Amino acid sequence: MNQPPVSSAAPETPSSGGSVFLAWAFVGIPLLWGVSQTFIKALDLFK
Amino acid sequence: MAEASLLDRSRTVAGPGYNRWLIPPAALAIHLAIGQAYAFSVFKKPLGALISGDPAAPAPADWTPAQLGVIFSIAIVLLGLSAAIFGKWLERVGPRKAMMASALCFSGGFFIAALGVHLHNLWIVYFGYGVVGGIGLGIGYISPVSTLIKWFPDRRGVATGMAIMGFGGGAMIASPLSVALMDHFKASGTGSLGVAATFLTLGVVYLLFMQFGVWTIRVPADDWAPENYVPNPQHSALITSGNVSADNALKTPQFWLLWIVLLTNVTAGIGVLETASPLIQDTFSDKYLGAGRGVTAAAAAGFVGLLSLFNLLGRFFWSSASDKMGRKTTYAIYFLLGIVLYALIPTLGHNLQLALYVAAACVIISMYGGSFSTAPAYLSDLFGKYQVGAIHGRLLTAWSTAGVLGPLIVNFLHESRKAEGFTGAAAYQTVFYTMAGLLVVGLLANFAVTAVNEKYNEKGPVDAEPGGH
Repeated sequence: MNQPPVSSAAPETPSSGGSVFLAWAFVGIPLLWGVSQTFIKALDLFK
Repeated sequence: MAEASLLDRSRTVAGPGYNRWLIPPAALAIHLAIGQAYAFSVFKKPLGALISGDPAAPAPADWTPAQLGVIFSIAIVLLGLSAAIFGKWLERVGPRKAMMASALCFSGGFFIAALGVHLHNLWIVYFGYGVVGGIGLGIGYISPVSTLIKWFPDRRGVATGMAIMGFGGGAMIASPLSVALMDHFKASGTGSLGVAATFLTLGVVYLLFMQFGVWTIRVPADDWAPENYVPNPQHSALITSGNVSADNALKTPQFWLLWIVLLTNVTAGIGVLETASPLIQDTFSDKYLGAGRGVTAAAAAGFVGLLSLFNLLGRFFWSSASDKMGRKTTYAIYFLLGIVLYALIPTLGHNLQLALYVAAACVIISMYGGSFSTAPAYLSDLFGKYQVGAIHGRLLTAWSTAGVLGPLIVNFLHESRKAEGFTGAAAYQTVFYTMAGLLVVGLLANFAVTAVNEKYNEKGPVDAEPGGH
């Protein structure tokens, strides 16, 4: 049986641009590192 | 009433002002981690030489390449099965609990596999990385999908493309990282050529990395919508305003047509990915290009790397483009362009046109990646947002099937041609023509997709799942 909708979410501070930037950096830096490593490897095809 | 756990869906409802652009990085944290699965091949040589200690000269008691290949196959099959089985559970408990389950299973799989390597017991490795880790892959793969679609109803393709791009990118991080870790632990004398210690380290690293996704993810409030959002602005007949449950979706022809669409596109793509390295070396060898001018093993590895990049870029590019072009048109392009390119590749190989050959393969692989990332948005258009994660999970059984079918078809056709005495590009000719034929089937299935009959829609409001917010 469905329970009535209950939200116990804590009130949040609106997220700033800084937190968005940091979040993207957290995943973007390792991704860029991996892409750069693959790109360097791919260059072997053109040697 | 008991206080809800921090992992419960009700505790993840975003408050006012929560920036939706925090959701894609949360999803990426999961997909970048589980994308490691595509880099598992870097462990095959050291795992096959744990007794001899020399990858160039395995001992008779060492694990064979065929035995080691089973580890990845189990993981991919479990990915599809667990995505199908746990999809409805995920929709009920919400993305945070699912992401935590995925993190525990995925990293736990590494810990168990490390024990298997330490004891040189392959069954423990099968169970650890294959079964437990594979369940982590499946739950993790679908965990952010419906949440992203709810946050980005105006850009479904962009949002899911970003996340699923991470699955392609994960291997690019894991491959060099794993090699560096194995070199380090091997030099430190930890035994098992550094593999067990690398598995343990990766288990810890991925557990921590995925926590970022677990604790950043939020679901939007039921009444939330992007500013100035207009549902279905292009009035596409394929985009529903209703909601179909995962169980009802299986009763519709549209689900099975999309299953065929994904199966054919992925089977064809795997055909190229599986054989990429030997394919380019055989087709452009010294025998055809002249002594010292053929494609070397290092250059072939570069080709594989280039395909990985296009797989990654395609996931974002095509999925984003589908927001403008529509999903059905985008898949029609995958198939029509794919048929032309698959049919053309044997001729390009025969004429030794290396640059065009590489370009054609890159476009094909970009569309292979695109078919994965466009699928959730296509499902959402047809079945609504309600249980799109669960429906997506069930669709992924097509991927598992393709993972078995693709290599089987390619190896059978290639070996048959070789047995008939064909070499070089000619040895792969029937592979590509068969894949082009498969794409014709996919094109017809996509062409047959129409709007879902309204009788399958849920009656009344559907956003509050039992136990949900």
